[in-house]
Amino acid sequence: MNKRNFSQNIAFGMFWLAGIVSVLIMAFVVGYIMVKGLPGISLDFFTTSPRGGLSGDGGIYSTIVTTFYMIVVTLVFATPLGVGTAIYLTEYSSNTDSRAMGRLVSIARFGVETLAGVPSIIFGLFGYALFVTVMNLGFSILSASLAGACLIIPVIIRTTEEALKAVPAGYREGSLALGANRWETTWKVVLPAALRGISTGILLSAGRIVSETAIFFVTLGGSYRVPRSLMSGGRTMALHVYYLAMETRAFDKAMSTAAVLVALIIIMNLAINMVTNKIAAK
Amino acid sequence: MTSGTRRTGLEKTMKTILLVSALASLLIVLLIFIFTMKEAMPAFRELGVWKMLSGTTWRPGNGEFGILAMIAGSGLVTLGAVLIGVPLALGTAIFLSEIAPGWIVKIVRPSIELLAGIPSVVYGLFGMVVLVPLVREIPAPGNAGFGLLAASIVLAVMVLPTIANISEFAIRSVPRGYREGSLALGATKWETISRVLIPAARPGIISAVVLGLGRALGETIAMIMVIGNSVVLPAALTGNPLSIFLSRARTLTGNIAVEISYATGVHESALFATGVVLFILIMLVNSSAGFLLRRGARR
Repeated sequence: MNKRNFSQNIAFGMFWLAGIVSVLIMAFVVGYIMVKGLPGISLDFFTTSPRGGLSGDGGIYSTIVTTFYMIVVTLVFATPLGVGTAIYLTEYSSNTDSRAMGRLVSIARFGVETLAGVPSIIFGLFGYALFVTVMNLGFSILSASLAGACLIIPVIIRTTEEALKAVPAGYREGSLALGANRWETTWKVVLPAALRGISTGILLSAGRIVSETAIFFVTLGGSYRVPRSLMSGGRTMALHVYYLAMETRAFDKAMSTAAVLVALIIIMNLAINMVTNKIAAK
Repeated sequence: MTSGTRRTGLEKTMKTILLVSALASLLIVLLIFIFTMKEAMPAFRELGVWKMLSGTTWRPGNGEFGILAMIAGSGLVTLGAVLIGVPLALGTAIFLSEIAPGWIVKIVRPSIELLAGIPSVVYGLFGMVVLVPLVREIPAPGNAGFGLLAASIVLAVMVLPTIANISEFAIRSVPRGYREGSLALGATKWETISRVLIPAARPGIISAVVLGLGRALGETIAMIMVIGNSVVLPAALTGNPLSIFLSRARTLTGNIAVEISYATGVHESALFATGVVLFILIMLVNSSAGFLLRRGARR
């Protein structure tokens, strides 16, 4: 009996250790970035653009603008496709009339799962070859957003599907029984009820665009100027961290930019949790 | 009546539009594969698939495009990440699902969520500034700090959330009756975990690890920043075989990212070929995870 308790204590000790170490890693990484990065942050840091050059002078104004552009344009491309796919897979696939349609649904689902597993540098490579070169869009916000959309479409599909599935079946049955057809039911009843869940998916996707670097490294060009149009190149905050660390070697500026980035991600996580908790409380 | 036909018409149109968008993902995957393959063809044809896969020298200036060093780099850094990350991730998963009191779960789980959200470029920066100088302290000739060890540690932290979350879900999904039955038979909590819960959750745990592998193979930016990027077949620096992890290396992903912006001709095509190899490798890994999950679900 003692021996059994002894081995249990040892094992549980290890599990506690694993849990604590995971938290400590998070605290150390976030704490280090914040402690090293925050002193370099002032109002000027947000309102001036990088001045280029080897000292990494200037702030991050233009990179904030580019990040904002990237989020908006990518979501414009990805949201309709992602939400449309999720609607089809949850609302329309169950009452498919023929076997051929059932086949089509499982093929579509296979496509979604495969897309979710593609590593981001492949999207970058593809975007570079197709959008930047063949379609001659150049290193631009447009090229980078099209490539970035491939990354977040699966995220939007998954979260929207979950949101739609959480809508009680009675809502649909009630609407259909009143004579509304499938689309009217989806548009006027199911989608409004699932809106909060879908918005967490969109927030999550925005977070992915903020964090992504590999795709934009090969499609966005890296100019540190304020973008003028969709055809301008640019660099997002994450890309700016990369250039500062690897090319300019301005590590203090890189740390400050990283601190802003991490703070933004924390805020986004909190927002997502708030919306999710509100849904759970309903 | 006209409003009725308009309504049916809208229903039909929307159904078609939605079906098309549902097939878009598949279309994108096919487009990516065909496009990358087409761009890689000249390199495969001119250099030979086997020669590329088995070649150890990558010298674009000399027309040498062997990617074995990069395959070894990706493989070794992933192995290192698994060795470091899996015990930690599984320990955390078991801790969260079976042992931790509720208020501690409320601290640990958001921490892991945040780890998952931290951009890879931030991990790369952290690796450059904190880990690389630490690794450099290890006495070995030619140890620059940048290399497989630093990269493996960074990667282990990056795949921790994936492996921990999916395994925790797998362990939680084991039916309550299993736990209760085992405890009722007089087994201790640890015996229940090690002999009942883990075996029952094994397919889910394995697929969690395999999905983590897929993530690790695909990571790009953080790897470029800490792994050193030299195209050399990693080799032990000292008599100790473990010192192979102090060697610099380059990953398949890094090879593409570092060179694509200035490559032309066969060189560019060889980078697409690198992409094809990476794509196939990751598809194999991911589909084996799906296969394991389905096989586990059937039992």
